[in-house]
Amino acid sequence: MIQVNRSGEVWVFAEQREGDLEDVAIELLSKGRELADQLGVKLAAVLLGDKKAEGLTEKLGHFGADKVYLVVNPLLEHYQTNSYTKVIHDLIHKYEPQVFLCGATVCGRDLAPRVASATKAGLTADCTDLQIGDHEIRRTGEVHKDLLFQIRPAFGGNIIATIINYDRWPQMATVREGVMPMPEPDGNRKVEVVRDEAHLGTQDLALEIINQHIEEKKVNLKGARVIVTGGAGVGSKANFKKIWDLAHCLGAAPGATRAAVDLGFIDHDHQIGQTGTTVRPSLYIAVGVSGAVQHVAGMSDSKKIIAINKDPNAPIFKVAHYKIVGDLNQVVPRMIDSIREKV
Amino acid sequence: MAYNCVVLVKQVPDTTRITGEAMNPDGTVNRGALPAIFNPEDLNALELALDIKDKFGGKVTAITMGLPTASTVLKEALYRGADEAILVTDRRCAASDTLATSYILSCAVKKLDPDIILCGRQAIDGDTAQVGPQLAEKLGVAQITYVEKLLQLEEDRIAAKRSFGNGWQEVRGKLPVLLTVVEEANEPRVNVAHRMMKYKNAMSKADVEKQIRAENPDMDDEAFNNAVNAEVTKLENKGILIKQWDLDFLAADLQWCGRDGSPTKVHRIQSVVLAAKGAKDVEATDQGITDMVHELIEDNTIA
Ligand SMILES: Cc1cc2nc3c(=O)[nH]c(=O)nc-3n(C[C@H](O)[C@H](O)[C@H](O)COP(=O)(O)OP(=O)(O)OC[C@H]3O[C@@H](n4cnc5c(N)ncnc54)[C@H](O)[C@@H]3O)c2cc1C
Repeated sequence: MIQVNRSGEVWVFAEQREGDLEDVAIELLSKGRELADQLGVKLAAVLLGDKKAEGLTEKLGHFGADKVYLVVNPLLEHYQTNSYTKVIHDLIHKYEPQVFLCGATVCGRDLAPRVASATKAGLTADCTDLQIGDHEIRRTGEVHKDLLFQIRPAFGGNIIATIINYDRWPQMATVREGVMPMPEPDGNRKVEVVRDEAHLGTQDLALEIINQHIEEKKVNLKGARVIVTGGAGVGSKANFKKIWDLAHCLGAAPGATRAAVDLGFIDHDHQIGQTGTTVRPSLYIAVGVSGAVQHVAGMSDSKKIIAINKDPNAPIFKVAHYKIVGDLNQVVPRMIDSIREKV
Repeated sequence: MAYNCVVLVKQVPDTTRITGEAMNPDGTVNRGALPAIFNPEDLNALELALDIKDKFGGKVTAITMGLPTASTVLKEALYRGADEAILVTDRRCAASDTLATSYILSCAVKKLDPDIILCGRQAIDGDTAQVGPQLAEKLGVAQITYVEKLLQLEEDRIAAKRSFGNGWQEVRGKLPVLLTVVEEANEPRVNVAHRMMKYKNAMSKADVEKQIRAENPDMDDEAFNNAVNAEVTKLENKGILIKQWDLDFLAADLQWCGRDGSPTKVHRIQSVVLAAKGAKDVEATDQGITDMVHELIEDNTIA
């Protein structure tokens, strides 16, 4: 545990695999940049790995880091809970950052709680937003200034909780993938590299990785300018072809609700929402989607939303910019026709 | 070789069934209005432990930390096949965040000296997935999170397949180890009829106290305590006592428990109410749709 340290930096865990930076690390840098500027402190990326990781420091600078804490060691080639926890725990005690953010990836959700437990720090999981603000303890009137507001959905997405941590630092949070916008790189930004040693032995590798296989995502929802999402209302896998067709003529990515995925209309990679991907395209077309909070959580930041639903009271209309009450089986073909005509 | 497995289970409000009535006007959730259930992925953890016992022998102990009413999930664990159930309950546990919870649970788990500790990946009331890894750290054992399949268990070696959503990983390590188990791992068995018969009267001390108080509202303290102790002994002899541990029994350091031991605090809670954006009504006719498409092309939304 470290004490409250107002001059501490904002840290971001630079998750990488085989020398490639994960998108979420870049998204965290953009949010981290904002927070660091507000607090008037430096933004640092924490980069662990073997030699392959060294090539990433410049890129971290281009995306907003002022500093990179770089720890290179052959034992850090692959992410492993114990070795990574140990190195990060040591770094935190040495440099005393005030904020430490990780992506809420499988790796981040394995690492962050372990580090928090070792450091005895507070940790909030799966944040969808982070802000800086003050907290007053009502009972005593005591005010804690410039804390990290860790904002996350809870209770299955039905409430939004703002969590703070004012006495035991660092203030730690994991952040969902895709919820922070990707910044544009600035090739002129320079970065300071601070090299640190890892005091590791093979005993720190508790597990041996026998085999692994990571699939490239079949669909790039996060990068799509337009998304056409089908819900349970589409009715069948065969009828889901209408969604593919509409997506196709718009050059869009097809998305789905969890209900549509559960019904086998389309593969899980396409799921949008709290337990799927979070997206913010220029245009989002929701077809036969009721608009459950868990779905809306993943798409409400889209610039324009068209909702097609036969129920005029469907909650999806509350977040829509264009409301089409009607049967999707008629509306979607009409849309396809008029787009083909115009474009 | 037989294995000593400890499964951590949690009673949670069924957040999948939140309706308007479950929300208080101030935006907080009225937990009382939601049915309390066995956290779904904890059932998968229990199933994996029972499976290990079926194959290799050993023992399965279910533990929960919670209010005295959480003994319901322990009873359910007994129905399904757990050998023993332990309720960690103490007023001073209230307001524990995941860090304090993992500390308290670590004190309890250490007493059982397990080979394998199993948890569900996450609980549906918080979805944090933190307690498992935090507990593993406090116990000083390795963790394998997101376990989808047990590949090997031999002497003190374990291998498992982890699920990444978009991929998988197979890892090997040594016991003791903590596993967090995902929904895809297995199909939890249902309650076993003869076990339901055996354990339907299983109770914790708190349950006994409540029952005796209800039956004898006017009993004096001494008589009450005697009656409680007699009943507890009886249950223990029948092998249907749900053990009850408090922080004193665990010799827990109070600075790491409850509110004091919890660095995270709630600043604010808001309910998710969607305010209508004032959507433009589009007629579902050819004309209506063509006009909309035209507008979207005009403002460059559609390229
Ligand atoms: C913890 C948790 C996490 C979750 N995570 C997610 C998530 O990440 N993503 C997600 O999407 N959901 C998620 N859900 C599920 C969510 O609560 C909803 O069940 C789901 O989003 C509903 O999908 P849907 O809108 O397709 O189906 P439904 O709610 O069944 O809605 C179908 C809609 O189609 C309309 N319709 C039917 N026929 C037609 C027609 N012919 N023409 C036009 N409209 C028609 C109906 O009026 C209705 O509004 C989660 C739930 C929980 C509890």
